[in-house]
Amino acid sequence: MSPAPTSATGQDPAVRLSDVHKSFGTNKVLDGVSFDVPRGSVTTIIGRSGSGKSTALRCIDRFERIDRGEITVCGHRVHEPSLDLRALRLDVGIVFQSYNLFPHLTVEENIILAPTAVKKMPKAEARELARRVLAQVGLEEKLHAYPEQLSGGQQQRGAIARSLAMQPKVMLFDEVTSALDPELTGEVLKVIEQLAADGMTMVLVTHEMAFARGIADQVVFMHRGKVHEIGPAAILSSPATQELAQFVGTGL
Amino acid sequence: MNLNLDFSVVLERWPSLLDGAMVTLQLACIATVAGGAIGILCAIGRRSGPPVVAALCEIYVEGIRNTPLLVQIFLVYFGLASIGLQLSAMTVAALALTINVGAYTTEIVRAGFESINKGQIEAGQGLGLSPAQVYWHVILLPAIERVYPSLTSQFVLLMLASSVTSQISAEELTAVANYIQSDTYRAFETYIVVALIYVVLSLVMRAGFFGIGQLIFPRRRRLGTPL
Ligand SMILES: Nc1ncnc2c1ncn2[C@@H]1O[C@H](COP(=O)(O)OP(=O)(O)O)[C@@H](O)[C@H]1O
Ligand SMILES: [Mg+2]
Repeated sequence: MSPAPTSATGQDPAVRLSDVHKSFGTNKVLDGVSFDVPRGSVTTIIGRSGSGKSTALRCIDRFERIDRGEITVCGHRVHEPSLDLRALRLDVGIVFQSYNLFPHLTVEENIILAPTAVKKMPKAEARELARRVLAQVGLEEKLHAYPEQLSGGQQQRGAIARSLAMQPKVMLFDEVTSALDPELTGEVLKVIEQLAADGMTMVLVTHEMAFARGIADQVVFMHRGKVHEIGPAAILSSPATQELAQFVGTGL
Repeated sequence: MNLNLDFSVVLERWPSLLDGAMVTLQLACIATVAGGAIGILCAIGRRSGPPVVAALCEIYVEGIRNTPLLVQIFLVYFGLASIGLQLSAMTVAALALTINVGAYTTEIVRAGFESINKGQIEAGQGLGLSPAQVYWHVILLPAIERVYPSLTSQFVLLMLASSVTSQISAEELTAVANYIQSDTYRAFETYIVVALIYVVLSLVMRAGFFGIGQLIFPRRRRLGTPL
């Protein structure tokens, strides 16, 4: 029996990490990470490669189990063994760096797979939905294309649309533009900005500093598995710690 | 050189040849379907089964891949006889060929599974698909599409290899040929005709697999590229 998600008052954050610890073997990757993501807000996680950003994100969607601490996502107590994983994944959408559209399916089939298989949505309705989410990412004309016929940016937008089709309450993005040619990142970032404007709760790991600054309600700077600095986007302009100053300064 | 070929006495036996060809095709079809199913199950067993199951699947695959088909056929034939099971030569042949091609199919499908990267699987999980749904939609279907050309080659090879079952007198094409040549004393002509029939059977199977591929893999039909 999994406990019912706690009733969502407007005050509950969509995502809460409290003192999260996670090691891979002897490698301590998350060392007491805590932060809240209020509903309808955008949090960007920045930090050097290896600082634990992806791991933190993956813990939120239970792709990694944590060793200690608590994670609550839309009322789901992610750290508990009794977690209803399916219910969690219905509320959370995640998009990875490598655009993982299923190669043997068209864009439309990619999108309708989960709504029909998981939510048992009728096919016609799911097709209608596919059209809607593709319009949202500006990819309507690629409905019947296969992933290999798309550019990286189009594939990534397709992956975002596929995630949106499940109507998640929270979206997680892990460096979704890092694998793209520079001229293709803009089209993907624009889609994410539009989602933010529409009020989607989002946590995104990014290396695009200007983008992070522009979109974030909250910036989490991770350093050696800890939240080293946290605050509004303004902290990027006036860092309180030397590490963040250095990080922002090098533009990495 | 005095090459004196006379095909007439061989061609007179065309009804037997046709029967033999049909039996060969029948053996190939049975082994393809049953061996294909066994292969997929064993590939899943090896990838996701408990350690005992995975080990058993591996022993099966390695055992088959490292012994001659003819010996496997005799093992099935005499093995079943020794436990008192008197099955027809045809049944034994179908069984042995199935066991044989099942092992090769396991290896091919397993390679297909390994070609699916972890990101694909996590994408499926992230969308809320159940483990079984991920297995079916994200792993099995694209894996099979990817290895389909290797699978079909294997099945055609199996059809050709089925000629070995003439050794236990399964009434397939080669057994018919052996009979005709000893009857007519026209060995060379007989085997020329039989070789040509095997070529035709290969082409028929390849055409069949091509058609099936077009039917079940829409991506392949539309793009014509390997996955
Ligand atoms: N599945 C894993 N197994 C072992 N070590 C891992 C695994 N995932 C990440 N790590 C290690 O954890 C550390 C942090 O990784 P990650 O969270 O990916 O950092 P970031 O996303 O900030 O670059 C790295 O040292 C990485 O090698
Ligand atoms: Mg990372």
